[in-house]
Amino acid sequence: MPKANITFQDIGVTVTVPAGTRLIEVSEKVGAGITYGCREGECCTCLTRIVSGHEHLAEPSVLEHQVLRDNLAPRRHRLACQAQVLGGSIIVQPA
Amino acid sequence: MRPAADLERAVSVAAGVHWIGAFDADLRSFDIILRTANGTSYNAYAVRGSDGVAIIDTVKINFSETFFRRLESIADYDEITHIVLNHLEPDHSGALPELLRRAPGATLLVSPQARLMLKGLLDPAELAGRIAYVGTGDHADLGDRQLEFLNTPYLHWPDTQCTWLPDEGVLFSADFLGCHYCDSRLFNDAVGDFRFSFDYYYAHIMRPFRAYVRTALDLIEPLPLRIIAPAHGPILRRDPRDYVARYRAFAASALHGAATKSLLVFYISAYGATRRMAEAVAAGAESASGATGEVRVSLYDLEGGDAQPFVDLIEEADALLFGSPTINGDAVKPVWDLLSSLTMVDVKGKFAAAFGSYGWSGEAVPMIEDRLRRLKLRVPLPGVRARLTPTGDDFAACHELGREVALHLLGRATPRSIDLSQLA
Repeated sequence: MPKANITFQDIGVTVTVPAGTRLIEVSEKVGAGITYGCREGECCTCLTRIVSGHEHLAEPSVLEHQVLRDNLAPRRHRLACQAQVLGGSIIVQPA
Repeated sequence: MRPAADLERAVSVAAGVHWIGAFDADLRSFDIILRTANGTSYNAYAVRGSDGVAIIDTVKINFSETFFRRLESIADYDEITHIVLNHLEPDHSGALPELLRRAPGATLLVSPQARLMLKGLLDPAELAGRIAYVGTGDHADLGDRQLEFLNTPYLHWPDTQCTWLPDEGVLFSADFLGCHYCDSRLFNDAVGDFRFSFDYYYAHIMRPFRAYVRTALDLIEPLPLRIIAPAHGPILRRDPRDYVARYRAFAASALHGAATKSLLVFYISAYGATRRMAEAVAAGAESASGATGEVRVSLYDLEGGDAQPFVDLIEEADALLFGSPTINGDAVKPVWDLLSSLTMVDVKGKFAAAFGSYGWSGEAVPMIEDRLRRLKLRVPLPGVRARLTPTGDDFAACHELGREVALHLLGRATPRSIDLSQLA
């Protein structure tokens, strides 16, 4: 199975994960500052800045696009509960 | 002061601006978390322009009749072109569904962050084509005057916005700069002394969001304010800037001095084991800080203090470590009392860890870690647990925990790489 490396910059930890993993699944296990609320892509609590490797995440859904717009999210920001890693290396920070 | 029954009329606030809210003099507890000796008011306003009337906020549903009577005293429903909801909490949106029915020509103006809450409040079919999402830079045209909008989220809900009427210098500030103080004399230069209510309201409603308070103040302070019209409590027409300045002071640091990083170790101990672990944690943190004192390390026994002063310290701190023994499969009550008080302040993103001694199963440490994560702190380092009397290895682990946390604060922690399968 393809692997990806996610670096949580706020705690200095890189985690190797299978492709298809959502950012929040890793963030809560590793104790990073990206935390969740609804886990359903609505509340925007898990807004995350993608420092690099944005291209290694699956495209946002229509719902995620809408929530990002409603919450005035800057560019290169994703919902950790929605964003799935595809491979490569991704560096993230809490928004 | 209790409102007289014959006071159910609109009250002029400025040219073409009326208060059409309601008094709830008997309320003593609000949202469970606040007490009020004076009840509260649900402030709603009407702004008349040459081409229409805007209603800004409504009231709690039980007070709808009063609200509509006041509204009808100064406007017809078919004149209403805009309904602005600065904040959708039920005490301000209670009369909204009925108002939308009575004023079918009105458009509802809310912030984009209100979309999620609206789903829980109104039938989307009823609203089709009647909503506009507005933010900073947007305005609503009333003909000879206009309303402007300021996106001010998390004051105290994500949807909160302020509405600005530039020609009269009136800021409709939602819960921001409000308070629970019911007095039918309505204006701050006429009502009783409500200063404690103003401060108490900030402490319980706005304080957890003080970073957002500062951002909102940056938007509000440049405005030529003449009147602040909040959604609760007196309308601030005398010296409105004094209240803005008060918020600016509140939103600054609650404690004096100390620009260095602050690491706090809290513990409680039945037989001294957790206390000695706490001392080892503190010593470890101190060792990372070194002679330069870049991290100020403090150690507190929860048995000797009330939660509130600790909450003030925690608000200003960078890292928090909690030590608790396990008794009956749980952390002990003073620890939970402190942890349950942390919703009063912004703790998101602070660094945290837990430790403690136990006899049988040692649930306290993971339970504390779970609570800290739910409070949105960073908890990346596994806690330290010691069965009954801590060994030399246990003290070394505590020392290392303190040292690691301090190194993180200093940006000197060694990066780690792990596989997902290694995480629980």
